[in-house]
Amino acid sequence: MSDLVNPVEQFLRSDRMPHIWCPGCGIGTTVNCFAQALIESKVDLESLAVVSGIGCTGRVAGYVKLDSFHTTHGRAIPFATGLKLANPKLNVVVYSGDGDLSAIGGNHLIHAARRNIDLKVICVNNLIYAMTGGQTAPTTPDHSITSTNPYGVFEPSFNLPHLVEAAGAVYVARWTTFHVRQLARSISEAFKKKGFSFIEVISPCPTLYQRRNKLGDGLDTMKYYKEKSKVRHGAPTNEVGLTMTGEIIVGKFVDRDRPDYQTMMRGQMAESLGDKFVEQAEMVCS
Amino acid sequence: MAKGRVSIVVERCKACGFCVEFCPTKVLALSSAFNSKGYHPPHVVHPEKCSGCDLCGMYCPDFAIYGSRITPVAGGEK
Amino acid sequence: MKADPRGVLTGTHFMDGDHACCEGALAAGARFAAGYPITPSTEVVERFASRVPTVGGTFIQMEDELAASITLQGAVWGGAKAFTVTSGPGFSLMMEHIGYAAMTETPCVFVDVQRGGPSTGLPTLPAQADMMQARWGSHGDYEIIALCPNSPQECFDLTIKAFNLAEEFRVPVMFMMDEVVGHMTEKVVIPPADQIEVVPRKHTHKSVEEYLPYATNGDMVPEIAHAGEGYKFHVTGLTHDERGYPNMTPQTQDHLVRRLQNKIKNAADRIALFEEERLDDAEVVVVSYGITSRVAQRAIGLARERGLKVGKLRLITAWPFPEKKIAELAAGVKAFVVPELNLGQMVREVERAAAGKAKTFPVSHAGGGVHKPEEILKVIVEASR
Repeated sequence: MSDLVNPVEQFLRSDRMPHIWCPGCGIGTTVNCFAQALIESKVDLESLAVVSGIGCTGRVAGYVKLDSFHTTHGRAIPFATGLKLANPKLNVVVYSGDGDLSAIGGNHLIHAARRNIDLKVICVNNLIYAMTGGQTAPTTPDHSITSTNPYGVFEPSFNLPHLVEAAGAVYVARWTTFHVRQLARSISEAFKKKGFSFIEVISPCPTLYQRRNKLGDGLDTMKYYKEKSKVRHGAPTNEVGLTMTGEIIVGKFVDRDRPDYQTMMRGQMAESLGDKFVEQAEMVCS
Repeated sequence: MAKGRVSIVVERCKACGFCVEFCPTKVLALSSAFNSKGYHPPHVVHPEKCSGCDLCGMYCPDFAIYGSRITPVAGGEK
Repeated sequence: MKADPRGVLTGTHFMDGDHACCEGALAAGARFAAGYPITPSTEVVERFASRVPTVGGTFIQMEDELAASITLQGAVWGGAKAFTVTSGPGFSLMMEHIGYAAMTETPCVFVDVQRGGPSTGLPTLPAQADMMQARWGSHGDYEIIALCPNSPQECFDLTIKAFNLAEEFRVPVMFMMDEVVGHMTEKVVIPPADQIEVVPRKHTHKSVEEYLPYATNGDMVPEIAHAGEGYKFHVTGLTHDERGYPNMTPQTQDHLVRRLQNKIKNAADRIALFEEERLDDAEVVVVSYGITSRVAQRAIGLARERGLKVGKLRLITAWPFPEKKIAELAAGVKAFVVPELNLGQMVREVERAAAGKAKTFPVSHAGGGVHKPEEILKVIVEASR
């Protein structure tokens, strides 16, 4: 007998389908990969929490049938930090967009990476502020047309893998929504990693980014990803910057080990306080 | 005999075309039918070529399609 | 339930308000704080950073107040009682997240040790000019509870009250100290843990199938679940229905926002705390709070010595504002005198509640110091004419 249910369905709030994402948007595709990673890595769903910010990708939290928190713009990471520190047994995933995580949330991104907080961050990068109608994001490539740069973006854009590696992330990977199997695998790997993991997923925004820049629809964009992506595991992150129509370097760029925040905290406290240190018991207050 | 079969949730489809394009054995094509939102959902044109790999399901941003492997049952496949 | 003795520093202490507030939080069961340094509040979390690793909890200094004010809420949903501490400029930064706490009904405490403003103002000197901000600072319609201690002892006692109210009503509670109360050192008696009442989190006992995160049964306060317990619930700052799902219609908005207000408004009488003295024959009532109430106490004494019939109403809860009490008094007195370390904030509420039945005389002060009793006395005399 074949399966009668879509493997992703068990993770969805089916009572909220269909979702609000546009035709050809890649966010739903990333959710399939996330679901696949959950199945493969056998993560305990009851100790999994998803935290998102505001934006199209931020809506992921509302569509997954898990403990999920749709927080404020840019602040998914500090919320997730509090959640993880209060209950270290939780596996905390931050699922948010490029604008949310690197613009308004940029400060929190770099500090959480610096501290090596044990979070798995999935950053769907559609190179734009999509939900609000297509404004320039820190990741929007040079010369792109957006609603707030109607004559073309002239600011240099962020190279997110480079930024988070410099800030201290222990796992940094980038895929596109074309690379479904690899993305699922990277998310699985992140679940096995202790520390700040960051997975960037380049995704189409056909309604705004692609349309305003005459780059076709979602399918055209996926074909572009297929054609122009180059897998370079371990590539130096300063070399993986993006342009509007150029090469997209994908792969696992950083996979290193250093103690996560809570390990360091416990170590320091134990060293300074000896047996006066009371390891945080379960905080759950009834 | 096909190794897999495709299931389509017609009402969720937004006709993005990913499944049609990325099916490795070209099982699918967009149909001329409409769902209630006015989109042309895919339909299976080469069922015998389906391997059940579920790449269509992995790609589909709308959770509107998935492939599953057909496991042989005693007495023949269903 | 009784306080956890591990967090209770039973004994007679000589400590300042900031330190006493920290001890109150620990006694109330707070085991998580996220903070950011800002004068004159920093000592609260400095003490917490020092105490909590020996009690069993976590302090994290975040990179800014925007982070601190939401990190504590993540900790609440992870199961902890949590708080943060700040002053004017930080309080302003925290406003979005105070609104988030109100909207998602996250029980927590925000301590504001008020200082001179606006902007950077007077970092080391007192004011009481954030009182309206405490009530209205975030966007949209919501209600909060605000408490005003006037001594280090009250910084201990009322912090416990703040946590208890937060849990009872699933609301962010503003703990409105001021720089003088925060930095004055007085006797603080901390009783044994079994003499301290602590309100537990209103945790659901429903099964996973039955539980709806924002359903209420008449008391308007939903039962909470924490992440990691298998409930697989959703929390959002968007207008939401009982399932916690975004539901952005006028009907859902009306239902939700009115409930968020009414759960506090309808219990206002129960929540209202104030101290009254010599109101029986009073013709003038001095309404004050925080450090100003201690100066007012002296001024009232001086006025009585002169034969003026003056009474005292000290606000302990500033929000919800005790309008009923003011309205009652207004029917029988000539006037209210409202000294504050601001250019007129709570006096507006007094005036509104008095509804013209009694006159209202502010005694404003731009902040940076405290009133002299004579300044308040002068206005009492004028009000008594």
